[in-house]
Amino acid sequence: MIGKDALLEMFYLMVKIRRVEERLLDLFAQGKIPGFIHVSIGQEAVPVGVCSCLKPGDFISTTHRGHGHALAKGADLKRFMAEIFGRRDGYCRGRGGSMHVASSELGLIGSNGIVGGGIPISLGTAFASVYKGNDRVTVSFFGDGASNEGTFHESLNLAALWDLPVVFCCENNEWAEFTPKSVHMRIEKISERATSYGIPGVTVDGDDVLSVLEEAARAIARARKGEGPTLLECKTHRWFGHFAGDAQKYRSSKEIEEAKGFDPLLRFQETLFKLGTLKPEDVERLELKVRSEIDEAVAFALNSPIPADESLLEDVYSTD
Amino acid sequence: MREVRYIRAVTEALREEMARDKMVFIIGEDVGLSGGSFSATRGLLEEFGERRVKDTPISEAAITGLALGAATQGLRPVLEIMFMDFLTVCMDQIVNQIAKTRYMSGGQYQLPLVIRTPCGGGLNAGPQHSQCLESWFAHVPGLKVVMPATPYDAKGLLKAAIRDDNPVLVVENKALYGTKGEIPEEEYLVPLGKAEVKREGRDVTVVATSRMVHEAMEAAGTLSKEGTEIEVIDLRSISPLDKETIFRSVEKTTRLVVAHEAVKAFGVGAEISALVSEEMIDCLDGPILRVGAPFAPVPYNLENAYLPRSTDVVKAVKRSLAY
Repeated sequence: MIGKDALLEMFYLMVKIRRVEERLLDLFAQGKIPGFIHVSIGQEAVPVGVCSCLKPGDFISTTHRGHGHALAKGADLKRFMAEIFGRRDGYCRGRGGSMHVASSELGLIGSNGIVGGGIPISLGTAFASVYKGNDRVTVSFFGDGASNEGTFHESLNLAALWDLPVVFCCENNEWAEFTPKSVHMRIEKISERATSYGIPGVTVDGDDVLSVLEEAARAIARARKGEGPTLLECKTHRWFGHFAGDAQKYRSSKEIEEAKGFDPLLRFQETLFKLGTLKPEDVERLELKVRSEIDEAVAFALNSPIPADESLLEDVYSTD
Repeated sequence: MREVRYIRAVTEALREEMARDKMVFIIGEDVGLSGGSFSATRGLLEEFGERRVKDTPISEAAITGLALGAATQGLRPVLEIMFMDFLTVCMDQIVNQIAKTRYMSGGQYQLPLVIRTPCGGGLNAGPQHSQCLESWFAHVPGLKVVMPATPYDAKGLLKAAIRDDNPVLVVENKALYGTKGEIPEEEYLVPLGKAEVKREGRDVTVVATSRMVHEAMEAAGTLSKEGTEIEVIDLRSISPLDKETIFRSVEKTTRLVVAHEAVKAFGVGAEISALVSEEMIDCLDGPILRVGAPFAPVPYNLENAYLPRSTDVVKAVKRSLAY
């Protein structure tokens, strides 16, 4: 059984991810954030459900749509925001931005701008755990689109072969950038692909955080015991476009409205109301707390200096 | 001193570094049981065990990414990619991931990893097993690229590469694997980023890489009989590039030829030529000339016509002097 505090922490994280990304969309629309951003609104149950099962020493690798994973793995909102603004106090001193938030101290190996690019890298941290004889687990997050990349298949095979302590978490939001799943793969369940590699494959309702947590806990425990990898498919829904500003002309408004009907935040809130763990006034209080955290983080980011031009040559190589 | 083959010098470097540092491990296709396609890792599985010598599926992208992830945790992977041509199938991992991880993480990660791979023709291996692609990788900030031409450097550069905290591509040469050379009994390293003057001369500087170092030395012998003394520089490191050694030599000779086996166009020779003309054109008494392969894939059947040889170096030197 999950304790009340743990449930409330999960709810807080889901609210936080949702509101942070809503704010990012606003800030982006105002032209205050450089580059481009990809939000995961509607998919919050996956990072929160999975990362709630991880220990601080565990690793995750994630994708261009990785804000939720970073925050669920414990990223400090101020440093996270400063990174997105390209500022000195960001996790990567602003070098990476929205698509490349990484933190060695949090075990966040990296977010990745290349679809499927992070999957093989997660084999490496998992391999290091085996090599060093510790029980640190790696979770590799990627989308349905990435499961058509060669790296996905190579990585599942290798991890299966060597019983690497890794969980392959496929966030199936039914869209590979601008292309629906029906146009990019034949099979219904992505988890079936696990069969080819001789590992368990599970499909879970990825908009139900407690279901995600239950299956993730099983997969992570299996990895931690040295029993090898699992392919965990979380079926979820992307509400917004591939990137902020994408008008989604390739999607019907009916389908988008249907996607929003799966709202993982609302569903979890109702569950917690029913359990008596949460009351409407708690939600109000929580929303205020989150809003002020975001205000503070944005102010922190805007106050953090943009690194000097001369610093651009630093860290191309290690000179230690 | 003792004489060893190039390939055994590679094995010695691997064995010594594995014995020295428990974080060093070997990963690649056929590196364990079979001892490697060119036998570079022969005996290492028996000596160090399966934990540290990892045979893998034919999945270059996965094993390259694995090396990266392991390196972020302080391991020191030595990855073998069987032929340089096969680097193309793990290009994303090398160029977008390995080369950029340190930079885009703001310096949080060090990547002490080595990719060993053999380049070059001479074995009639055909268009997909004979390329010299070093300039592609030297063009990418974040990577180091070295090309040993002798057993001495094959050992010393590899050892230095394994100890370096950056990703290093060690480009060996298949045609040189069987060649012999002297190495000392005692341990030594060859620093990355340092070229070596192999033969001093006053008339023309010839900067050469990998197999072309030997061709340049042969050319030096031929030319010497005719009264022309060339200075042969073995570049050894492509990136970082030892500009100082090249510039010092060109100041003396005032003439420069660059020789590599890679396709001449857009190659390392073009870079060196550009650097010298940008920074010391006043010193030059003739055009900078390049010796390299023609703009064609490496043919299976016409390798002799394709591969640059000492005679090409001789021709270039004479042309330079005739100017």
